[in-house]
Order: sequence, then C-alpha cells, then structure tokens
Amino acid sequence: MSITDFLTDLFNPNLAFLPKALAIAVMSSIVCGVVGCYVVLRGMAFIGDAVAHAVFPGIAVAFVLQGSLVLGGAVAGVATALLIAIFAQNRRVKEDSIIGVFLVGAFALGIVIISQAPGYAGSLQQFLFGSITGIPDRDLYVVGGAGLVILGLVLALHKEFVAVCLDREMSRSMGLPVFWLDIVLYVLVTLAVVISLQTIGNILVLALLITPAAAARLLTDRLGAMMLLSPVIGGLAAVIGLFLSWSYDTPVGGTIVLIATAIFLTAWLLAPRHGLLAKRWRRVGGPGRTDVTRRSSLSTPASAPAP
Amino acid sequence: MSELKVDQLEVDLGGRPVLRDIHLCLDRGELVGLLGPNGAGKTTLLRAILGLTGIRAGRVLVGGRPSRPGRCEIGYVPQRHEFTWDFPISVEQAVMSGRNGRLGLFRRPGVSDWQAVNEALDRVQLVELRRRPVGELSGGQRQRVLVARALALAPRILLLDEPFTGLDMPTQELLGELFTRLAGEEHAVLMTTHDLVAAVDTCSRLVLLNGRIIADGHPTDLQDATLWTTTFGVSDTSPLLKLVKAI
Repeated sequence: MSITDFLTDLFNPNLAFLPKALAIAVMSSIVCGVVGCYVVLRGMAFIGDAVAHAVFPGIAVAFVLQGSLVLGGAVAGVATALLIAIFAQNRRVKEDSIIGVFLVGAFALGIVIISQAPGYAGSLQQFLFGSITGIPDRDLYVVGGAGLVILGLVLALHKEFVAVCLDREMSRSMGLPVFWLDIVLYVLVTLAVVISLQTIGNILVLALLITPAAAARLLTDRLGAMMLLSPVIGGLAAVIGLFLSWSYDTPVGGTIVLIATAIFLTAWLLAPRHGLLAKRWRRVGGPGRTDVTRRSSLSTPASAPAP
Repeated sequence: MSELKVDQLEVDLGGRPVLRDIHLCLDRGELVGLLGPNGAGKTTLLRAILGLTGIRAGRVLVGGRPSRPGRCEIGYVPQRHEFTWDFPISVEQAVMSGRNGRLGLFRRPGVSDWQAVNEALDRVQLVELRRRPVGELSGGQRQRVLVARALALAPRILLLDEPFTGLDMPTQELLGELFTRLAGEEHAVLMTTHDLVAAVDTCSRLVLLNGRIIADGHPTDLQDATLWTTTFGVSDTSPLLKLVKAI
C-alpha cells in the first residue's frame, strides 16, 4: 500500500477509527517520549514495567463493570506506584524486589478479575497486544487532556526532577520534598503508560517509555535536546508503525515497537559521538575532528584550577 | 557568636548510638578537618548539621538559629559518588541545580541566578569548561563542580564530605588551596577526610571523632599518640603514629 492509499484511508469516513488510532498513538508516544527521559536517566525502567503491569487489574475491573478503561487503569497504576514508593522507604528489602512483588501481584489480580467476565479471552488479547479498533471518541479527549496535564507538570517540575535525579542527598539538604517528587514522577509515568495502553497494549507499552528516550540519549549529551528528540522519535515510530501495520495487516503495537527498536539500533550504530561506527572510525584514525576534541579535553588542566 | 554551633548533640541510627556528647564550634575563616575511622559518624555529623537526620538530644545552631533542610547558609558538598555523573547536563547546569532550594518550586532561574552560577564557577576556576558535559570531567574537576554547586547559594558555611578521596596528590594540593582560599574569604569550612597528610597541611584545626569527640585543636597540639590510637583503634606500632610524629 502506498502512502497516498494510507492518506485516503485516513480520511475515509467508513474508517473513522483509523485517524482516531493514529491521533492516540502519536499523542501517547509524545507523552511517553518526554516522561521516558526521566525513566531512562534515573534507571527506572523496571518501575515503568511494574506500573505497566499494575494497571491491568484496574482495566480488568473497568472491563467487568463496563467503565472507562483509561480511568480504571490509572487508578490501579497510581495505587501500585504509591504502594511501591511507600514500601521502598523500608531499606531492608531493596526497591527492585518491592517492584517485583507488586508487579506480579497486580498482574495476577488482573488475571483473576478478568477471568470472572464471560468471553474474556478476546478482550484479554486486546489489553495485552493493543488494538486500533473500538476506541471510543471519549478516549480521544481523555488521552489529549491527560497528555497536556502530564506535559504541563513535567514543564513545571523539570528542575526539581533533574535535581533529584542528579543527587538525592543534596536535594534533601536543599529542602526539596524528595519523597513527594518521586511520587509525582511515578504517577506521571503511570498516566503516560495508561494513555498508551489502548493502541500499544500492556506487554509492549514499556517500549514507548524506554526506547525513544534511550535512542535520544545515544544521540545527544544535552538534556534539552534529548527531551525534544525522544518524543519526535516516538511520534515517528507511531506514524510509521501504524502505516506499516495498516498496509501489511500486522499487529499495531508490535509494529510500532519494532520501528522504535529499529531507530534505537540505528542510533546505536550511527550516533555522531557515541555510536559504534563513530567509535570504530576514531580508533582506526579517522579525520582529525574527533582527535581535536580529544586533545582539547586533555590540554585543559586535567584536574587543576588554571593559574 | 560562632557561625555553626553543635551543642551536646546525640544521634541514634537504627536504634544504635552513633554520636554522643558532640560539642563543636565553627567560625568564619576556619578550615576544620574532621578525622575518624569508617563508622565514626563523620557523615552522620554532617547530615545532622544539615538537619537531614533526626537528633536524639542536643541542638545544632546555624547563625544562631536551629538547622533545618533548605537553609541557604550551608553549602553541602557530598561525596562524589552521590552525584549521577552520566546525566546529560553541562557544568553550568549542574551548578545551577544548587540554586533549586532558593528558587523554590515552579520558578525558573533568572539573571541573578546565572550571575551566582558564574561567580561560583569563577571561584573554582571552571568558567572555561562551563558548557562541557559533566560526564567528561576528571575527578578533580568533578569535585570542583560540586564545590561550585554549593557556592552557588552563597553560603557562609561549607560542609565537605571526603573531598580528597580517590584524587591524586597534585589534585589534592590544588583543592586544598581552593578550600584555604574559601576559608580566607570568610567561609566557615568543615571537611571530613581520611587523608591525614592533606588535612594537616590545609586545616587550621583538626577534630578527631569516633562516636564522640576525642580531640579538637591545631594539628601541632595533637601530638599525643593516645589520642590517635583511641580515635582510630590502632596499635602503638601503627604507621599512623609515625605520620603523627612527623607533624
């Protein structure tokens, strides 16, 4: 299928679910791309995974009660994030073990709840692997609104999040509410995950959070650039992924994630400073550009204040 | 009045007594070295001064008022490994992160904040490297970034936690000069260290700590070998005592 065909389908009123799916996929990729930068830089990938699984019981309850899946998932995800943050205060058991406990606990609860609903197998597959059909119009506004709130909070609290990422002890000494900032960040991660569930699915949603941000990190050493690049990469993966998925009738979540993974691998190979090829190029004595940066870093007094 | 006054301080951690009967005064212009073995409570004392750990008894007065987190009078320089050096941030942004406490939530740095960052970078002579990612700095440069971050608040007291650890002699010497200069600029500087040579060389006063304060005085006043054997729990034949005799 050519891109023109895809565009025609996008504006075909009989295929109204397609532009809706595209809008939701792009919006959630952008939000996940931004929030994912903190997740990647803080090494919180496991907590992202936990939250992604933890929304499952909420979605199951919402499904059984015929309520809003986004809302149900958000409530369950936030509750689990809070439990993890509170239990992690006890230093006897490490945070990753706490996350492990609640991750599987919540997922198990979801499985038990959804098994109570008749004919759950099909819906289960939809939760797990995502789907572009059956998205209610209301979700478009919920996802858009939630996305704006998330991005607004990131903008407002950015320097505090950075400070806590950089140095928790120093942040405490400056009087920053480190515990509450952690909670807010966990909640933002949860909301980003929840709004992305619909199209990407429960299993793969972690990829939207991690992969674009990790690729962006490979491409730049500046935080600002990373936080712009990451949502661009995520949005690009969503558009290309949905197009390919529509053209070749492949699962949409899986296709989007594969595109994101391909972008990550490309960045890993081709990144200007830290990419594999750039490093190899430097080792075999490529042009002096990289050598110059090397030499200049050596020529500044290594650890000594200039006179 | 002393800039920092620790009075009959007692701290417990996990139900165990860590610090007992701590009296300590620090004035502007002083550079005081806090020496003691691992587990002596050096970092705990710094944290208590910052108001980061609960105290069982006694009090900590900063400029005559009880200490609590967020007081701009204290600049804290934690151990280098506390900082996430692989974070994609430039030297000047890292230093700016020290102003967060003063800026408050939701506020963005303004002209005066950047001015303070510039001055701090100038003090530690890192202005030329201001735009470099922190991950590309050497150990000594990293230490200076942390000092600049503390200075960005224009504090009167500086608390340095093991600034010399893992650095070579020339770097230690240059940092020592920087700390002496900061003390000369009317800062009250307290630093923990394991490096006796550097401490004797740079500090105007040494405090020997092991759960309680064993001794407090000018390096030349601390020649008595028993003070050191008590503090560090070493035998009479320890090489440490040879070092002390050489002071």
